[in-house]
Amino acid sequence: MLLPTSTVGKKIMMAITGQVLAIFIFFHIAGNSTIFFHALNGYVVALYKLPLFVWGGRLVLFLAFVFHIWYGTVLKLENHAAKPEPYAKTRYLQATFAGRNQIWTGVIVAVFLIYHLLQFTFQVTNPAVAADTHPDALGRPDIFMMVAQSFRQIGISGVYVVSLAALGLHLLHGIQSSFQTWGMNNERTLPVIEKTGNVVSVLLFFWYCAIPVAIVLGLLKG
Amino acid sequence: MNLTLYVWRQKNSKDKGRLVRYEAKNVSTDMSFLEMLDVVNEGLIVKGEDPIAFDSDCREGICGMCGQVVNGVPHGPRKKTTLCQLHMRHFKDNDTLYIEPFRAKAFPVIKDLIVDRGAFDKIIQSGGYVSVHTGGVPDGNTLLIPKHDADTAMDAAECIGCGACVAACPNGSAMLFTAAKVSHLAALPQGRVEAARRVCAMTEEMLAQGFGNCSNHYECEAVCPKGIKVKFIAKLNREFIKAQMPGNESCTGRG
Repeated sequence: MLLPTSTVGKKIMMAITGQVLAIFIFFHIAGNSTIFFHALNGYVVALYKLPLFVWGGRLVLFLAFVFHIWYGTVLKLENHAAKPEPYAKTRYLQATFAGRNQIWTGVIVAVFLIYHLLQFTFQVTNPAVAADTHPDALGRPDIFMMVAQSFRQIGISGVYVVSLAALGLHLLHGIQSSFQTWGMNNERTLPVIEKTGNVVSVLLFFWYCAIPVAIVLGLLKG
Repeated sequence: MNLTLYVWRQKNSKDKGRLVRYEAKNVSTDMSFLEMLDVVNEGLIVKGEDPIAFDSDCREGICGMCGQVVNGVPHGPRKKTTLCQLHMRHFKDNDTLYIEPFRAKAFPVIKDLIVDRGAFDKIIQSGGYVSVHTGGVPDGNTLLIPKHDADTAMDAAECIGCGACVAACPNGSAMLFTAAKVSHLAALPQGRVEAARRVCAMTEEMLAQGFGNCSNHYECEAVCPKGIKVKFIAKLNREFIKAQMPGNESCTGRG
């Protein structure tokens, strides 16, 4: 197997890990959308009744992240070394802003992810609203209260919207690019995959932003 | 028309190189870009200066010898046109043009606008061929090739190996070039036999020569003077995945 060292192999590693993460991104917002129906706490309790699914999923996601970051860094360094001298005049005809800044939107998403985990998974950034120590009326961890109290602070919501924009740009290049790497493109499918990838990325961005925005605007109250 | 040129001058591969300003006066709109440089060079020779060194051969757009980056675009602003076929009527009077060599680690500058594209030859040598027994000329139509396959092979075979794809690629990758040759030969029954070995050997050689990896920006397709499509890179990726299947013992190197 040539996956770890070959040029196509490294890209396939990027594509497969990226697609795993993109699938998670969809199910994450689909599940969290229960917040709009005041069912977030119940959803979380139901989810944790499936420990194999939760911990198996976490293991897969963790490995996907590690390999995605590792191969992304390796590819970036190799590509940088292959183009040592820049042009005096640079003009891009087809390369997008998203594609050219994939590494930087990736860095933003990675840093944001650490904050996001500390905030809502480990619940250490603001112990006063930590769900695990503040049960709701039914004795469940009050995730809804934690999320609502956090996003009510405009600074935190702002960080989320900016980070989600970086994630959206990352997906804008990543989704369509991953299908090209898998070799699924031809003249007929390429424009379809590109358009679908763009629409999905933009929709995911707005869908994710809907939660902090709804809370800041007071549309979603505890 | 009159033009202001900023041309990359570099004495040899060791020299640092710099942009030098030249005025191109009374340029005819009927000249090709290279003829315009020829006229500038005549003026330099008369003044006793070293003329600008650049590559050219057929000047018909089929040999792949010429190639410079004009205002950030390899082969200049016109689509599907080599520099030698680019006429000065596509520029405006008093335009300022930045003329630079193709840049990539695998394409070291030899002098001024001339780069060493020998790395492409190394990629071809690693697998861009078919092994056939010599002997009598085979009868016509012994091997039937579907029209669609023949067309695909010919579309890929249009590559003239000029290196504009590498020059345009932000990663200095030679994927479009490599993919064109892999796709060309894999589409035909004569080349199909060695397809797995070929795709591994050629992508391995591409990395070994110091080219970067493809990150699907598609700048290569936009500047290719022959209009080679990035669908061939997808085909290369498919061929590579197929080559990993059991039974292809030839795929064992770094690839």
